[in-house]
Amino acid sequence: MKITPLFDFPAGTSEATSGKCAIMLTTRVRLARNLAGKPFPGWAKESQRSAMLADTSEAVGSLTALKKGLNLRLEELTDLEKQILVERHLISRELSTAKTGAGVVISRDQTTSVMINEEDHLRIQVMRPGFQLKKVWNAINSLDTELEERLNYAFSPTLGYLTACPTNLGTGMRASAMMHLPALVISSQMEKVVRAVNQLGMAVRGLFGEGSDASGSIFQISNQTTLGEAEEDIIKRLSSVLNTIIEHELNARARLLEADAPKLFDKIGRAFGILQHGRLLTSAEVMNLLSLIRLGIDLNVFPEDKRAVIDRLFIEAQPGHVQYAAHGTFDSAQRDLLRAQTLRTEFAAFGPPDFNLAGKN
Amino acid sequence: MANPLKCDLCGKPATVHLTQIIDNKVHKVDLCEECAQAKGVTDPSGFSLADLLMKASLGSEGSAAGLRCEQCGFTQADFKKQGRMGCPACYETFREIIDPMLSSMHKGTMHVGKVPQHALKRKTFYDRLTQLQTELDEAVKAERYEDAARFRDEIHQVKQAFSEKGLG
Repeated sequence: MKITPLFDFPAGTSEATSGKCAIMLTTRVRLARNLAGKPFPGWAKESQRSAMLADTSEAVGSLTALKKGLNLRLEELTDLEKQILVERHLISRELSTAKTGAGVVISRDQTTSVMINEEDHLRIQVMRPGFQLKKVWNAINSLDTELEERLNYAFSPTLGYLTACPTNLGTGMRASAMMHLPALVISSQMEKVVRAVNQLGMAVRGLFGEGSDASGSIFQISNQTTLGEAEEDIIKRLSSVLNTIIEHELNARARLLEADAPKLFDKIGRAFGILQHGRLLTSAEVMNLLSLIRLGIDLNVFPEDKRAVIDRLFIEAQPGHVQYAAHGTFDSAQRDLLRAQTLRTEFAAFGPPDFNLAGKN
Repeated sequence: MANPLKCDLCGKPATVHLTQIIDNKVHKVDLCEECAQAKGVTDPSGFSLADLLMKASLGSEGSAAGLRCEQCGFTQADFKKQGRMGCPACYETFREIIDPMLSSMHKGTMHVGKVPQHALKRKTFYDRLTQLQTELDEAVKAERYEDAARFRDEIHQVKQAFSEKGLG
């Protein structure tokens, strides 16, 4: 398999987030960039896209952060490999179904990836665990500057970075955070939060971006607009929205404990039981069960160091990863069997919940 | 109803009528059931009129109708179909269509933030070179040979300065 080196690094936010920031799974910034004088990928001819890939993948691959990385052409990958890259958030669904000439360069530690010939010529992405928007911006900013010395970006002093879709003009930047918001979901406040966040010019999406559902109570919150506001200001505004959401989630958790702790503990306890003994588990069900266990960790019901295990399982429970682990392609019924088996093994050694510790530190 | 409203997108009888206020301006859209569903209008959280308006306004005949990008051959009809541009130069060609959309789509209409230094220098250089070349051609045509020599020298200097900076 071409992507085998990726498995040297565990999936997910393995560096494990802690404390208050546990609500933030990952932060990510992406920049849309295009080359002057070349048609955008959606309008380019096959030969033009192939030439673009050849021209840019070398420049991208020679960047300091990507020198030892994987330089992949999508055509050379199997469907399963593409699916694994999507599940690890290293490429988009759109790129996985792209026509000829699509590519991606991924850093060894999988924090940085550059998609070639997606909607734009280049989609640069940097991702880190926890709440690190500023750090991520600094990293992607210097990477972008380095790349700009080698490639001639399409830029207009009035419209900024020129992108295939007018909705990305200006900075071409989308900063986003993946948040775990189980208490807001359980107490049916998520709709209200989404509406408020939308009004502040931020978008809320599910785990896998546009059009995906919010399984596992995981949501992606990102800036909606890109023109007329500097990168640092967008990030500042997003950060303050994220902090407010964290506060709401923490309040919702406190209220759940106060109002009906037995009901909440019952949910967590049942989730633990199913993960330990289930025989057929769909990925959607597992996401929701793992989400409850993660909430249990945040509430001190399980030990803190188990959070990294859950974050890894969030990704390993996805269909592509289940098949990779079992060395083959399996239909969804077979996958449910395999998934349950893996989780039984993982949870046999997990240690039972201790609800006496809930909410105490 | 004597004259039922038609769907702004497909022309079938409209049953969904939507009003949204963006930047103190009232925007109205009428849609049929199918288009409303397809555009996600039924889900108010993830829906913005901006997208729709963009496509609707393209349908109307304006002074910009029938434009075509000289660099990549992209036409206004293509834009209406795809909602995306053909190439960076399209933004010049379709300026009249894009500019009015920006205020409802974004926070502002002028770029603020990072500027790619090299790209900007390259552009300044090419613009200067093009200008000098035009002046040179005109001087030659008008048989102003002293001026022409001066322009030629200047072109040489600009080119040299540019390659010394390693931007070529």
